[in-house]
Amino acid sequence: METNNNSLFVKRKRPTDMVLKVLIYFCAILSISLVIGIGGYVFVRGIKAINWQFLTTVPSSRKGTFGIAGNLVNTLYIIVITLLIATPLGIGAAIYLNEYAKPGKLVRAIEFTTETLSGIPSIIFGLFGMVFFGTTLGLSYSILTGALTLTLLILPLITRNTQEALRTVPDSYRSGALGIGATKWYMIRTILLPSAMPGILTGVILAIGRIVGESAALIFTAGSGYLLPKTVGGAFHKVLESGGTLTIEMYLRMSNAEYDYAFGIALVLLVIVMGINALTKVLTKRFDVTRMDERKKKKTGGNYAGK
Amino acid sequence: MAVEKDDFCIGKIYFRYGNFTTFIRWSGVERKKNVIFCVRDKKKKRGMHMRSKSFSIVGSNKARSITERTAGCIFMICGVFAILAVAVITLYMILKGAPALGKVGIAEILLGTVWAPTAAEPSFGILYIILTSIVGTMLAVLIGVPVGVLTAVFLAEAAPPRLAKAVRPAVELLAGIPSVVYGLVGILILNPLMYKLEMFVFKGSTTHQWTGGSNLLCAVLVLAVMILPTVINISESALRAVPKDYKMTSLALGATRIQTIFHVLLPSAKSGIATAVVLGVGRAIGEAMAICLVAGNSVNIPLPFNSVRFLTTAMVSEMSYSSGLHREVLFTIGLVLFVFIMIINLILSRVMKKGAEHGDK
Repeated sequence: METNNNSLFVKRKRPTDMVLKVLIYFCAILSISLVIGIGGYVFVRGIKAINWQFLTTVPSSRKGTFGIAGNLVNTLYIIVITLLIATPLGIGAAIYLNEYAKPGKLVRAIEFTTETLSGIPSIIFGLFGMVFFGTTLGLSYSILTGALTLTLLILPLITRNTQEALRTVPDSYRSGALGIGATKWYMIRTILLPSAMPGILTGVILAIGRIVGESAALIFTAGSGYLLPKTVGGAFHKVLESGGTLTIEMYLRMSNAEYDYAFGIALVLLVIVMGINALTKVLTKRFDVTRMDERKKKKTGGNYAGK
Repeated sequence: MAVEKDDFCIGKIYFRYGNFTTFIRWSGVERKKNVIFCVRDKKKKRGMHMRSKSFSIVGSNKARSITERTAGCIFMICGVFAILAVAVITLYMILKGAPALGKVGIAEILLGTVWAPTAAEPSFGILYIILTSIVGTMLAVLIGVPVGVLTAVFLAEAAPPRLAKAVRPAVELLAGIPSVVYGLVGILILNPLMYKLEMFVFKGSTTHQWTGGSNLLCAVLVLAVMILPTVINISESALRAVPKDYKMTSLALGATRIQTIFHVLLPSAKSGIATAVVLGVGRAIGEAMAICLVAGNSVNIPLPFNSVRFLTTAMVSEMSYSSGLHREVLFTIGLVLFVFIMIINLILSRVMKKGAEHGDK
C-alpha cells in the first residue's frame, strides 16, 4: 500500500475512471453538437431560400413563381382530417381501456396491438394504405387516403397519451362523481375528460408533429399535388385529390438535387417542430398534477401533507 | 333476511344495493328502506369475504340507461379498432406478399443474390437486400447505443442540473426532426466526407466500384443519429428510475462516481436500456426516407464502402414504376420487413414484461 492512501481525505485516482469520464463527456458533447450542427446547418442554408413569395405562392412557370403554399395547405388538410378521425378513436380506446374494460384477454389484446401499431414502420403503413385505401376502397392517390393511413399511424400515440392522462386523474374524482349520483358517461364527460385534457392535448400535439414529419407513409398514399384550391367547391373536392405535404415536396426536390429549395422547406419543418415541442412543454408544465402539489408544498413551507 | 349473491359486507354488516339513487339514500335520510343490514352468518364467513373484495363503486351501477350502454359500446368499438387495424394490415401484407413467394419460389427470392426485376429474364433475389438491412441496423445500433447510453448517463448523473435542463430540449428536437431532413443533411455533409474517405482508402484500386460517397457507412451514420434520441430518452428515464439508495450505498462503500455508474446504476437500469436498444433496432430497420438517397441504392453485398439497398429503400425507389410480378416481389420485401418488425415487437414485449417483473421484486 502506498502511503498516500492511508488518509480518508486523499482520493485514490483511478486511471480507468478518468478514461470513462472523458468518454461520457465526449459522447454528450457529440450528441449536443449533432443537434446544434444539424439545426444550425439547416438554418443557415434554409434562411436564404425563405421569403414571402416562397411561403405564399405555388410553383408556376407562367407566373414565374415558386413556393410552398400548396404544400402548406395540403399539410393542414391532412393534419385536420387525420385528427378528426384519430382523436375520437384514440380517446375512445383509452377510455375503454382505463374506465370500462376489466382486465382480461381483450384488454391484453388491445394493448398488445396498440403496441404493435406503434412499432410498425411508416413505410409498411404506406404500402398498406396504398393497397387498402387506395386500391380496395378506390380512393387512389388522395389526401383522404393519406389521412386514413396516418390515422393508423398516430392512433397508438393518442391512445397512450390519453391513457396516461386518465391515470393521473385521482380515483377520488371518480368515486366522488359517482357517489353524488352521476352516471358513468356523465362522469367521464364532465369530470374525467376535462381533468385529463392537458394530457390529451399533449398527445394530439405530438401527433401533429408526427404528421408534419411523416413522409414514407404518404408518398404512396397522398401523392404529390401542389396546387391550391380555387373555389369553395374545390376546397372540399381537394380532399379526394392528390396533395403532397411539405416533407414529400422536400423529398422530391431533394431527389432532383434542388437543395436550396429543400433547405427552405427543411427550415420551415424545423420551426414547426420546435414550436410543437415548446407547446407540449408549456402544456405539461402548466397542468401537471404532481407539480401542482409541489407548488402547494412550497407555499405552505413544506407542511402540506394532503394527497 | 338471507344473504344474497350480490351483497357486500363491511365489518359485520351486509349491504344490498340497487342503483346509485339507493346508494345515496342509505347514506342520507332513508337509509333503512332499500338497504338491508344483517349480522354475519358464521358459516358463510369465507365465501362472503371473497365477495366483499370485488366490491366496487364503479361497477355497481346496474340501472344503466340506453345512453350509458351506447357509450360503453362505442368505447369498446374504439378499443377493438386497434386489433382490427393490426389484423387487416397483417392480412393484407400476407395476401399481397405471399403470392410472389409461390410464383418465383421461396428459395429463389430469399436466398437469391441477383436483383434484376426488369431484365428480359427477371431475377428476384433479395438476400443482399435483407443482409444490408440487418448489417446496417446492427452497425447503426453499435454506434448509436453506446453514444446514446453515455449521453443519458451524462444527463442523469454527470451533468449539472442546469446544463441537463438545457440539453434535454435539444434531444427532443433531435427526435422531432423529420427523417427527410436527416437525409438532406446526410447527402450534403456526409456524402462528400465519405467520398474523401473512399478516395483515401481505395487509392489506386482498380477493382473498387466508386460510389461517390453514397455507401453503407453513410446510411449507418444517418441511422445512428436517428436512433440517438430514442436511446437517450429511454435510457435516461431508466437510469433515473434506479432507487437512490443503490447509488448512496455504493458511494458510501467507497466506490467512485464512475464505478457507481458502471457497476451499480447501469446494471440496475439494464432492462430499460434493453428496451431502448430494441426500440432503436425497430426504428433503424424501418427507416426509409432518410437513407433512401444516401445509401447509393444499388443491390450489393453490405460492405462499408459499397453502394447498398435496404429493404425499405427498395420499396420506396421502385414502387412507383413497378408492375406485375416485380410489384408483387416488392410487396414480398414489405412482408419480410413486416416479419422482422413483428419479431422485434415480440422481443420488445418480452423485455418489457421482464423489466416489469424485475421492478416488482
